Parts: sequence; structure tokens; C-alpha cells
Amino acid sequence: MGDTTPFDEMYNADGSVREPYSALAQWLDEQPDRGLSLMSSDAEAIFRRLGITFAVYGSDEGNEKLIPFDVIPRIISAMEWRRLSRGIEQRVRALNAFLYDIYHRQEIIKAGRIPEKLILQNSAFCPEMMGLEPARGVYAHIIGVDIVRTGPDDFYVLEDNLRTPSGVSYMLEDREAMMQLAPDLFQRCKVAPVENYPENLRRTLESVAPHNTSGSPTIAVLTPGIYNSAYFEHSFLADQMGAQLCEGPDLFVDGGRVYMRTTTGPERVDVIYRRIDDDYIDPLTFRPDSMLGVPGLFDAYRAGNVTLVNAPGTGIADDKAVYTYVPEIVEFYLGEKALLNNVPTHNCVDSDERAWVFDNLQDLVVKEVHGSGGYGMLIGPTSSKALREEFKKRIEARPDNYIVQPTLALSTCPTFVRSGIAPRHVDLRPYVLIGDEVRITPGGLTRVALKKGSLVVNSSQGGGTKDTWVLEE
Amino acid sequence: MRMLGRTAQHLFWLSRYVERAENMARLLDVGYRMSLTARREGGASEHMLSMMQAAEVEEAFAAKYDQADLDSVVHFMMFDPDNPSSVFSCLLAARTNARSVRTAITLDMWESLNSAWLTFSQIKPRDVKGAKLLGVLQWVKQLSHEFRGALLGTKLRDDGYCFSQVGNFIERADNTARILDMKYYVLLPRAKMIGGDLDIQQWTLILRAASAHRSYRHVYHDRYKAHNIADFLILRPEMPRSLVYCAQMIEETLGGLTKLYGAKQECHEAAAELAAMVANNSMDKIFADGLHDFLTEFLARNYRVTETLSDSYNFY
Repeated sequence: MGDTTPFDEMYNADGSVREPYSALAQWLDEQPDRGLSLMSSDAEAIFRRLGITFAVYGSDEGNEKLIPFDVIPRIISAMEWRRLSRGIEQRVRALNAFLYDIYHRQEIIKAGRIPEKLILQNSAFCPEMMGLEPARGVYAHIIGVDIVRTGPDDFYVLEDNLRTPSGVSYMLEDREAMMQLAPDLFQRCKVAPVENYPENLRRTLESVAPHNTSGSPTIAVLTPGIYNSAYFEHSFLADQMGAQLCEGPDLFVDGGRVYMRTTTGPERVDVIYRRIDDDYIDPLTFRPDSMLGVPGLFDAYRAGNVTLVNAPGTGIADDKAVYTYVPEIVEFYLGEKALLNNVPTHNCVDSDERAWVFDNLQDLVVKEVHGSGGYGMLIGPTSSKALREEFKKRIEARPDNYIVQPTLALSTCPTFVRSGIAPRHVDLRPYVLIGDEVRITPGGLTRVALKKGSLVVNSSQGGGTKDTWVLEE
Repeated sequence: MRMLGRTAQHLFWLSRYVERAENMARLLDVGYRMSLTARREGGASEHMLSMMQAAEVEEAFAAKYDQADLDSVVHFMMFDPDNPSSVFSCLLAARTNARSVRTAITLDMWESLNSAWLTFSQIKPRDVKGAKLLGVLQWVKQLSHEFRGALLGTKLRDDGYCFSQVGNFIERADNTARILDMKYYVLLPRAKMIGGDLDIQQWTLILRAASAHRSYRHVYHDRYKAHNIADFLILRPEMPRSLVYCAQMIEETLGGLTKLYGAKQECHEAAAELAAMVANNSMDKIFADGLHDFLTEFLARNYRVTETLSDSYNFY
């Protein structure tokens, strides 16, 4: 990248405003001098008052951080969204079909379309799931697909996030804040609503209740507790759905069924939206030292007496090494060409390929196969020589632990920063629900790298969020 | 939706800790005022020590400090995490309980507690030096009033409300009984009916510690008398911190749970036994049987309500 200007969501190269942003541009022109600055501090007050925070550090309870919220929305046209959502739906259907196959007959391996070793020796593969029949055949019910854009028609999927994607509460609260801050702007644009996400989540969870559920299913959100960085989101979603927010010790298994301890005795639980990692959900089946999970939960799940959302073992489908095969996966199960692009990805196991990677490291991005949150990453163009040498050593030592991709020129979006309005790089995480049908909330969470030139949008590394608008026709 | 036992437990303790923060502020206020007017050498620290005795933290204090000087006591009662009843510890515990049941409390309750916590985090030791202490203690009492106001004004009258209220009144009953027990000997009937200066000072302390020094006059239209003070704080149903009022509220609130859940539990019996101690009783009889023994028994029965409540409704 470097000398080429990245695609901007709002402005064409000649400085004219792209069509979806015309109302916003006019509105921005009309704002008084300190208008945006006041709006920013109002937004911060709203979030802090509500206690929307993302991290609690150790015992220092007061130290809860806010994710910075940018007051300039990111806008997607109806046409762009139609394309994106078609591609997303295709992808999540294929990935669920892939999971079903991997945990049953493994046809895709037999057909030689994906290496056996990559699946069976992958730490994200969960042998305990073999032969299990999840309700409606769905494994990943809640997915957050990370998408970046590099040009008017160029969208790439970075990651599929099939485990327990977080951030949806920010999507909802960002909209809430934006409507409070700039109601007049909503009058000028027809923005597709996101507010029905909790209702859709509830419908999705109900639709995958076990067959032997009597009456309307009882739903619980299982959280690791108040010290988890996403605790706010867990309680927020439980509240919005009218579901019970449980910690491991609130639940117990008796006679192969799951119950929660209420003030008036045990009550059966049918669907658990768990926000605890696979390894921790059941000390009898997975990590025996887990204090967060529920002993016997997995057996109750296997017996078909409770539904776990997402199913254990979905990580095999969003593993960074498996990611490169997603276009293959779409073709294999759906007989269609993938509508959304993958980022071209190199592995370092092959020595010729590794040599090429080493020669071009200053232009590439290196990611750990199991890394997340923007950690353990090398971004070539902004890296020091010393760091690049360090990564060469690490890759040399464990070539299968890394994947390498070109540095994408992520699109920018005008963002209100200290110096005024300036372009900053953004990505997009739409949220998808899969149960009796596929439901995609229009828009999603836009994350923005607030530091000039930075490509890292993760909140743990100084990223912020924007309200994301999909325009209706 | 049925309530988790853990949720009930958090609501119960949330209210208790807010009430306790208020009571600790009031006790420290009294201890501070008394120490200012102490005439004998060492008198100031004696007042502080008996105040901490009423707060039931004197052992924890002695484990850390040799001297009950003003700075140490104020720090211990306001900020010390090693004091489980310091204002800091109470607010932290209250907020932690509230965070655990965000979905079971109203936004107004959460906001009042959250902003109190944020404000308290900004208070530095220099902000409680000298006369500034009383202002900060007043603020602590007000935050408790604000939280209770949010609870009463916005919380659904459901089982959660009952658990909150029971917690509030069990804590208050405990506090009032302890204040009385700390000074019970100055309330005992004596041949000489008119108290000396020292008595009056002690009585003022007791009344102030229960926020009762003004309302006493409204009820008794008389100067301070030991018999009246004991009567006021034990048997007067119009006094919102009296033992009888608290016991009635505990019983009434638990009655609300019976209505909601359709069944009586062991804790209802325990609450009835508590109320029986103060209903249709007289100060003459209590004095005849022994005030200290009466208070000890009251505290034990009050404790038993908490214990049976935890069992009856599946707290952790």
C-alpha cells in the first residue's frame, strides 16, 4: 500500500461524495463548530452511565474501560448490502454443512478436497462431537463474519468467528446512542433497523430447542461471571431476550437433564446460549479444572435433552488454516461458487513458499493460526526490521503455526478525532443467526482504528466503533 | 420467569451493604463528634473504640493499629479494604452484587449505585480531613437514601423486591440492636432519675447513631431520659429504625413472598419468633428480664432469619 490512497467509504478519489453518504455530508456541513465534539462527550456520558464497559482489571474495580464510540456513522447502500448478505448467507450455510459432515461421514476428506491431517489433528476438532445430531443439524447458530473492503466492489472475509463472537451489544447500543445524539439525521435517511436482534436471537434459540421440550422452551445465557470482559454483553442480551443469566453453579444436571436452581426449586433448562469456551463447559468431559462449567452438561447435550449454542467443536470451521479452504467448502456442499472472497493466504510449510514470504515480509501480514484479538500478529509495512527478523525465527521454528496474507488496504471512513474529521481504517462484522432460518441483521458492528494509518481495529488495541447503517430503498 | 437462588441472594446482600454503608457513616459521624468534645485525656480514643465496637470491627482494627487516633480510625472506617464494613468495602460489595444481577435491578437502581461508586473512587484521604469529614459522611448517607429511593420508586413489587427489603431491614435491625447493646448500661434504670452531663452525652450518642436525636423530641416532648430512649429505639413502631419496626417489616415482606410463592418456609417461623420479642412487650418487662440479654437474644434471632432465608430460597 503506502503510496496508494485506500478506498474511502464516503469520498470518491476526486473528492465528490459517494451517493449513500450524500445526506450525511450535508448534515455534517450544517453542524456548528463544536457540534461533533459536544456530541462525542455526550456519547461518552451515555455509555459510562449505562455501564457499558469491556474490561475489568483484576481487583481495581473502578478501572472499566469504554470502547470509544465515533459519532460519524458508516453507511452501506441497499445494493451493497444485498450482495454482502447473499454472500454471507451462502457462507454460513456451507460452513454448517461442513461441520455436519466433519462430525459424521467426513465426505469432504474422503473426496480428497481437504487434507485429513488438517482436520483430525487439529486442536479445534472435537472428537466428542462425532455422530451427535444437533437440533435442525445446526452447529453454529450465532456467527460474526469479519469483512473488510478494499474497493467499491471488493469485499473480503477475514475471519468467520463461529465460536462465541462478541460485540453485538455494541451494535445495539451504538444505534441507541446515535438515535439520541442525531435524531434529525435519521429523519433524512431511511436506515434499516437493528433493534429486533434480541427478538430474532430468542426466536433462533427457541427454534433449536430439544424435541422433548414441553411448552415454550426455557432459555439461559451461561456467563463466566462479572469478571469476564464481555459480562456486560451477556447480561444485556439476557435482559433483552427475557432469558435467565446463569453462572455455572446456578445449573446442575440430574438424570441427564439440566436444571437451574431457583428460589422455588429446580427448573428445567432447554437451550443454553453459552458464552464460555468449549474447554470449560463441562469439567467431566473437557478440562477437569474448570470452575465455570456444569458437570455432566455434555452428556445431557449428547442425550438430546438440552441444546448448546453454539455447539462445541465449531472452531474447526473457523480455524485459520481451514479458512483457506472455505471457497472449496462452499463449492463442495452447495455446488456454487463462493460469492465472497477469501484473502489470498500463504502457508509457510512449503520451503519455496516460505522463502518467498521471507523475501516479501515487509509487504505481508503474518498471523498465528490460533491467535485472536490482534495479538501475535506482524503487520509488515509498519513493522521494524528487528520484529521481522524475530518473526522469521518464529516461523522457521514452527512453520505450521502461521499463515501469511498480503497487507490489505482496508477502506477508510471519515472519523471524528482530536484534529477534526479524518479518514480512518474500518472493518465490518455483520451478525448472523441460524436456526429455523438464516437471519442477518442489516449492518453490524463497524470497528475503526483510531490511530492514523493503523490497520488494527481491535478494541484491545485502541480501536473504536461506529454505528453502521444499511440504507433501505 | 422464576428467580435464581443466587439472584435472590445478591439482591438481599446488595440492600444490606448499602444500608451498612449508611450505618457506618452514621457511627463514624457520632464517634468523631464525641471525640471532639472529650474532656479527659484518652477520652477521644475511648469514644472511637466504643463506636467501632458497635460497628463490630474493633477486633479487625486492633489487629492493625495500636492507637485509635482520629486519622487511623477515619481511614479504617472509610477506605480500608481489610475492614469488611468500611464504606469502601460496603460500596464495593454492593456494586459487585449489583453487577451480578444487572438484569434483576432497574436502571435507576444501577445508575444510583454506579455513580456513587464512581464518585467515591475520587475521594482522597485529604478530602476527609478535619471538618470535611462530616460533609463526606453526609454524602454517604445520602447515597443510601438515593438508592433506596430508586428501589422504592422503580422496582417491580415482585420477589426481588421482597428479598431487597428483607435485606435492608435485617441489616438495620442488627445495627440498632448493636448500638443499644454497646451502651446498654447507660440506659438501665437507676435511683437518680436525672442524668448527669456524662449520661446526656452518652444518650445523645445513641440517638444520633440511630438518626433519632431530633425525632425523639417529636415523640416524647421531653428531655432525654434513659427509659424513653430505650423505648424509642426498641418498641416504638413509628420509629423507622426501631427494633419493632424492623421486625414488623421483615415479617410483612416475607409475607409478600408467601403470597407470591404460595408457601410458608422455615424463615417465616424465624421472622415470627423475632417479631414476638418486640410485639406487645414493655420496657418495664425488658428491663426486668435484663436489657443486655434481651438484645443478645434479639441479635441471635435476627441472624437466624438470614440463615433460614438462605436455606428456604436456595441461596448459594
